[in-house]
Amino acid sequence: MAAKASRAAFGEALVDLGARDERVVTLDADLSKSTMTAAFARKYPGRAFNLGIAEANMVGVAAGLALTGKIPFACSFACFVVGRFETIRISVAYTNANVKIVGTHVGVAIGEDGYSQMGLEDIACMRALPNVPIIQPADELETKQAVAYAVEHQGPLYLRLTRQNLEPVCPPDYRFRLGRWLTLRPGTDVTLIASGGTVFNTLEAARRLAGEGISAEVINAASIKPLDEETLVRSASATGRVVTIEDHSVAGGLGGAVAEMLSEVRPTPVKRLGTTTFGESGDPKGLYAKFGFDPAGIAASVAKFLGR
Amino acid sequence: MAEPRLDAIARACRVQIIRMLTHAGSGHPGGSLSVIDLLVAIMFGRLRHDPARPDWPDRDRIILSKGHAVPALYSVMAKAGYFPEDRLVTLRKLGSPLQGHPDRTALPGIEAATGSLGEGLSVALGMALGLRMSRSPARVYCIVGDGEIQEGQVWEAAMSGPKLGQPEHPLDNLTVILDYNKIQLDDFVTKILDLEPVVSKWQSFGWPVVEIDGHSMTQIDKALDQAEATKGRPSLVVAHTAKGKGVSFMENNPEWHGKAPKPAEAIAAIREILDVTEPAWDDYLKTDRSAAAIVSELRALEKP
Repeated sequence: MAAKASRAAFGEALVDLGARDERVVTLDADLSKSTMTAAFARKYPGRAFNLGIAEANMVGVAAGLALTGKIPFACSFACFVVGRFETIRISVAYTNANVKIVGTHVGVAIGEDGYSQMGLEDIACMRALPNVPIIQPADELETKQAVAYAVEHQGPLYLRLTRQNLEPVCPPDYRFRLGRWLTLRPGTDVTLIASGGTVFNTLEAARRLAGEGISAEVINAASIKPLDEETLVRSASATGRVVTIEDHSVAGGLGGAVAEMLSEVRPTPVKRLGTTTFGESGDPKGLYAKFGFDPAGIAASVAKFLGR
Repeated sequence: MAEPRLDAIARACRVQIIRMLTHAGSGHPGGSLSVIDLLVAIMFGRLRHDPARPDWPDRDRIILSKGHAVPALYSVMAKAGYFPEDRLVTLRKLGSPLQGHPDRTALPGIEAATGSLGEGLSVALGMALGLRMSRSPARVYCIVGDGEIQEGQVWEAAMSGPKLGQPEHPLDNLTVILDYNKIQLDDFVTKILDLEPVVSKWQSFGWPVVEIDGHSMTQIDKALDQAEATKGRPSLVVAHTAKGKGVSFMENNPEWHGKAPKPAEAIAAIREILDVTEPAWDDYLKTDRSAAAIVSELRALEKP
């Protein structure tokens, strides 16, 4: 498989799933070309609704559709859709409406558009809701399986997708399961936990670290909520050091979730890599280097954390 | 003539609203009393539903977007048979399905969580659309508050309503009712953020609008008929109401937006609702055993 953005894989998966399940409908807020639901809308025009630039209403309409038995995917940039948090909180989560919230264009990796378009706090918001699983797939294969899972899952769910292309990282026989992580590379000195857009670079960083005599275990955490407690505790116990790498704020994201769980279950030193400032405009590669999410930056942070 | 029957039910529901709020010691009497005639007219005048099957796919649906008035909704639900009337006194108490604002997961028959103002109309649009897509004959009734429509999301939904689903699935299965009682939490609506001209605002967004006295069963019934007969678009009924309607000392008084009556005030309120003079009250209670039971129950709540 070639590199593909998870939003693109999502759009393709929806077209397939739409043929199999008539209950699947899409809602957009004037960004269907960017969220990649446009192909679904072309194929099933009676089941795709563009609500205009009015995300709160889109989320509420999705809840109403879900309450009549549809399976709505409410899609926009992560910052815009999760930005209507209060409507998600009451009309979707508290109501327990079977709505799939889809946030695309996550992280500083969107590049030139700059901070106002970057989803950098969406995990923190959605994690606080008691009944909303959060899935962030790392490549095309995993995205398509995550979308299929979202259709099967009863209840609200949040799917976090990238604008940028993602290199394949999961083996061909991989099967996504909620609450299960995938160990991509075994290691003994440190556990590296990444998700979505940072997984491939974390694997690259592990290869570099191997050259420096550091054996890093790399885990792909597509299921951000719930975490895979078993895999996390087993790996943290074995290596004794954990680093999380995510294109999201260090406050309340994957790193926060990992640190919270480990501190309660198996206290382990944790280093959280993520954003601590607003994002900015620039080319995606340059931004990843600036924020330390490129292989060299990740490897340097890990080495420093290990005192090497 | 259905009106005397509906008026009698509304009176009984008003008594229950006062009763449950007094037991709870908190809640929103003003807006519950302004909306109750509308809810009674819908629930007992036309709603196609089955309290024994609250998940019947083709049921008509009520979304009380102004969720703080949920005591009114609970009172009509109990009377319709969704749950026993004696459960009303558990309102706002630990472990009760009668949450302070509607909780769909706690109480069968509640269609959506509301109470965070401004959200219910969007949910109602989605329901109306989903029902149309499923070829269901069901109708959706959505009641919004006047202060509530200061929320921006309401105007997103208002802009969307007449256009969503067109041309295949127009949302003419949706009736929206504005409970225009002129008072919000802090003060009169005109003093906080005036809505006027509210009718022409909605009309300019593409909604057919009728204005009525929201306490006249005849006018409510006619307006709901008219809305149902309107094809191709959802309709809005602007129901002019009085906050605290039926209780003289609560009527049109912002203080009673979110304050529960004390037992003595509650008993005075119930006497007024039942239209009994003070001298005739004791004799009346000998003839109305259910009112007498509620009064003695409320007296027992009085702190010595």
